[in-house]
Amino acid sequence: MALKTDAVGKEWPATTYQVGREKIKEYATVLGLDNPVHLDVEAARAAGFRDVVAPPMFAVVYSSPAIGPAMFDPEVGMNFAKMVHGAQEFEWGEPACSGDVLTTTAKCLSIEERDGKGFYVFETDSVNQDGARVARGTWTLIVRGV
Amino acid sequence: MAELKPGDAIPELRVTPDKYLPHRYAGASGDFNPIHIDDEFAKAVGLPRNILHGLYSMGLVAKAATALADGDPRALKRLSVQFRGMGVPEQEIVVGGTVKSVEDGRVTIDTVATQGDTTLIKNAEAEVQL
Repeated sequence: MALKTDAVGKEWPATTYQVGREKIKEYATVLGLDNPVHLDVEAARAAGFRDVVAPPMFAVVYSSPAIGPAMFDPEVGMNFAKMVHGAQEFEWGEPACSGDVLTTTAKCLSIEERDGKGFYVFETDSVNQDGARVARGTWTLIVRGV
Repeated sequence: MAELKPGDAIPELRVTPDKYLPHRYAGASGDFNPIHIDDEFAKAVGLPRNILHGLYSMGLVAKAATALADGDPRALKRLSVQFRGMGVPEQEIVVGGTVKSVEDGRVTIDTVATQGDTTLIKNAEAEVQL
């Protein structure tokens, strides 16, 4: 069966996420990140941040709300029962600090069939309230047996 | 830390996620897929037990890379990983890596995360500005 590729190039509506101290602390604690810049506002300010700063992989938290609707879009038509997360990339720019309002857009970069598997590649682009890029994510989802 | 050069190993990170780690990671990340937090569900869909989130393992790779800059979150500029085997709670994960190149203080590291005989993440490339 040929893979549906109509969604290549499609963009989804932007989502916004307000970064907060307690959510950063929760994430940092689960990962065992004990640099006080993630936990304590004075330490963060002393290190040159506006407020408590998110760890890089916190990008998952603020960009997931944008990737969700893309993944579940019937036009993309992924078979979730057979889907695995194949690869992930993030490139970081400005740090994300508590109080920042981040806007993330998602788009479908490619849908390709290789070795009987469907490779779905999405990109998320997150910018802060000043328009500066905070993170760009590339999400590769693989559907077995297409 | 002494100047890094190609071929150098980075300090290993060893972490044993406890039984409830996937539940806490689900809360922190917002990913409540039942394969991570419901052992019965996971077994019903053919998995050995509830499995770790791949992005949690990637978080550990990010931690190991950022540790080169004493945990400064600004240092990690890029991280690209390929997910392989499934990770499980209650077994030690080892993250290791080798320096590939150093250019103007930008260190590129080839990283791998394993758990027993299972490779969780491979071909992971981290760029750290030192």
